[in-house]
Amino acid sequence: MRLPDVFNGARRCLSTTLFALIFVTLPQLSLALTPEAAKAIAVGENDDRLSALAKAIAEPSDGLVRLIDALLDDAVKIAEGRVYIVRDGKALDAATGAETTLPPNAEDVVNNNRVRGELDTARAAFSLLSEDRNTRAKAITELKDEANEAKLPIIDRAIAKESDAELKSRLQQLRAAMLVASSDKAKRLEAVAALASSGEPSVKSLLQERLQPTGESDPEVRTALANAIKAIDAKLVWGERLGVIFSGASLGSILLLVALGLAITYGLMGVINMAHGELMMIGAYTTYVVQNLFRQHLPSGFDYYILAAIPVAFTVSALVGAVLERTVIRWLYGRPLETLLATWGISLVLIQSVRTLFGAQNVPVENPSFLSGGVAVMSNLTLPYNRIAIIFFAFFVLALVYLLINKTRLGLFVRGVTQNRTMASCMGVNTARIDTYAFALGAGIAGLAGCALSQVGNVGPDLGQNYIVDSFLVVVLGGVGQLAGTVYAALGLGVLNKLLEGWTGAVLAKIAVLAFIVVFIQRRPQGIFALKGRSAD
Amino acid sequence: MTINTQPMLGQTHSLLSPMVRWGLLLSLAVLFGVIPFLPDFYVTLIGKIMCFAICALAMDLIWGYTGILSLGHGLFFALGGYAMGMYLMRQIGRDGVYKSDLPDFMVFLDWKELPWHWTGSEHFLWALLLMVAAPGILAFVFGYFAFRSRIKGVYFSIITQALTFAAMLLFFRNETGFGGNNGFTDFKRIVDIPIATPSMRISLCIISGLVLIAFYLIARYLVQSKYGRVLQAIRDAETRVLFTGYNTLWYKLSIWTISAMMCGVAGALYVPQVGIINPSEMSPAASIEIAIWAAVGGRATLIGPILGAFFVNGAKSWFTVAFPEFWLYFLGALFILVTLFLPQGIIGLIRKRSPKSDANKQESASSTPPPVAANADPQAQGSQA
Repeated sequence: MRLPDVFNGARRCLSTTLFALIFVTLPQLSLALTPEAAKAIAVGENDDRLSALAKAIAEPSDGLVRLIDALLDDAVKIAEGRVYIVRDGKALDAATGAETTLPPNAEDVVNNNRVRGELDTARAAFSLLSEDRNTRAKAITELKDEANEAKLPIIDRAIAKESDAELKSRLQQLRAAMLVASSDKAKRLEAVAALASSGEPSVKSLLQERLQPTGESDPEVRTALANAIKAIDAKLVWGERLGVIFSGASLGSILLLVALGLAITYGLMGVINMAHGELMMIGAYTTYVVQNLFRQHLPSGFDYYILAAIPVAFTVSALVGAVLERTVIRWLYGRPLETLLATWGISLVLIQSVRTLFGAQNVPVENPSFLSGGVAVMSNLTLPYNRIAIIFFAFFVLALVYLLINKTRLGLFVRGVTQNRTMASCMGVNTARIDTYAFALGAGIAGLAGCALSQVGNVGPDLGQNYIVDSFLVVVLGGVGQLAGTVYAALGLGVLNKLLEGWTGAVLAKIAVLAFIVVFIQRRPQGIFALKGRSAD
Repeated sequence: MTINTQPMLGQTHSLLSPMVRWGLLLSLAVLFGVIPFLPDFYVTLIGKIMCFAICALAMDLIWGYTGILSLGHGLFFALGGYAMGMYLMRQIGRDGVYKSDLPDFMVFLDWKELPWHWTGSEHFLWALLLMVAAPGILAFVFGYFAFRSRIKGVYFSIITQALTFAAMLLFFRNETGFGGNNGFTDFKRIVDIPIATPSMRISLCIISGLVLIAFYLIARYLVQSKYGRVLQAIRDAETRVLFTGYNTLWYKLSIWTISAMMCGVAGALYVPQVGIINPSEMSPAASIEIAIWAAVGGRATLIGPILGAFFVNGAKSWFTVAFPEFWLYFLGALFILVTLFLPQGIIGLIRKRSPKSDANKQESASSTPPPVAANADPQAQGSQA
């Protein structure tokens, strides 16, 4: 402890930096806080304190903001009817902000959860007047769930000041949400009408709450409420449908990334690679390591770590894959069941190695700032940037693989060795080397999938195990040796899974999908796109 | 691929050759003469491993002799275990935490009566029937559809893995009525005798041993009969067997179902000894471990998988105590080394060492496939046949 006397706990030391940060970003407010008001907020019964707070919010001031921040940080003390803020071992007078000395008998101000909640909303209400658009937008979101009439003056002021059209309309809705419980019937009707134009799920639940027997009593307002809910429902249903399709496409693109590597190792080479998931895990951990390197050595360019991580993840996984091919898999060609067992063994060794190196816990991988957040297409449909990015990334990788297999010399060799190894060898193709390249390529794509997965899910030693069953099903469903089949199977399974999930819940959906695949395999044992002719046995 | 460990055709072996007879006598002597005097820990451990050995034997029948690698045998094992577990839960009676007629987890879920599939679970005979019927029927139905559409090789392996994975997800749910992810535990009695006594432990262990011996003899009878020969022919060249006029569907389906039922019995013996059954027994990893027991010991031999189960599980219980973090390395290395260097497992190694088996040596040398097969394309395998 640095300051044992004044500070009760070391955690307070941390809050000072936070305080400085908030203080700088605050707008300059004019009116001052009176010592009486500060005292009323800081001491007394909780109910009295809250009403004092509500009264004070109507007239925001620098002092009030400072006091609320201090209250939230547990940095307020009280002595002889005066309120002090204690920061960094210095005591400030809460009302004036002037530095004073703290009387020895000062006592801590304690806030329970209810008071804390109110303080938080009050804090958000002030942010409505911030200069920064993002801060204002965030504040509106925070206030949405805490709408009550007490904050009306500050909302009115914010509406008057707001220049951004979108934020202004959101503020007006917020105002309507506060007025819907007003005692004036005309105001209520007006508020309901304003709310009907919204498409927010939270507004809907607010209106539904008003419709409860304890809420609205006037029949005219009740009808208006019911109509407003219908109007909102109509808007929401499309958002929900699109949301399901989007999450299905997102899952499908992840499956596609996972299965693309398998389509090469299994589809083209006939190698059952149970360690595929672990190669993905290696890709994800590589991303984690690259992220840490950037954070340590290049914090200014932290956001771009992902661009560096993509090729590094590919390379590391491809190298591991090449080593595996040279040492183990090479000796098992043509014996798929043995390959399955040996690669399972490899996966166990890889999992345990990662546990030894990085620990058994999940490691944190942060999204770069341009991938966090999302675009709000509709009020109840926000598409996260990272998922959008993965969909594009999956198709980018697909295009690369397609070009590589179909347009390059290496791809020609791979296809040649797949179709007729002996003949390819006679034509001078170094088949052993092609095997290594092809396997390394499949492993590298697994690494890319792992890099992508690190942006949406947990990175831990079990990462690969969660996807291995799914991804094999994609390859089996799509048909061996068929890129097109893999694409259709991955996207189809993704969307089907999410559709069923909305209907029956996640676990039953998964079981239904598995049952569907077993039945499907009955009808078409070779997958959607079967190889035709004698070679298909 | 051919693993030729069988005597030549026409050279008949009696079911009990002198070696087998001595082996049986020895194992019975160990069961009744040594087991009762071992410490509790070892009694439970050996009993548990003997249950695993039954699984390995079942896996050997379907994989070693018929060439079908199942990655779903853990499911059959667990189903047998759950069948016995239901009975054991009912045997708790009113001694549970909630003092209710219903099993504790149902009280916890606020269920008022037993779900339909618990009907009859209070009868021991019903449990005995269910432990073979549940895995047997599931295997029959699943196998019928799978074999009828000629799903084979790795396709079959992957589908069975998906099957056990789906079942695991299903059993994890509380609504299924099998205790969710906690499964069944805290057993008190079996056939009204307290379960947690040394004498009960010893009895269960000896029963497991007797069942293992019985299954060994049955398996021996099966593989030496004409039926067993057809199975091995299916393993080596299924297309030819089909062309010779055999309907391979019923051969494969019957051995698949028998194998599943054996696993079910193993599971039912396992649960009262370890005192718990939960869905993790159905995880794909558990099923694939059964395959490695058979592979380590030696496929297409009957004694091999039993040795393999003892070796791997013995190593596991030693490692997880002595070097817990190295167990997965060891298991992984075992998978890799056995498939690379010991395609015939421990038994193959012993046969190679023993001086009198020169013939075997040559056979094993010729049966080991070349490092890189002529054509690695799995679809071309059929054309070689």
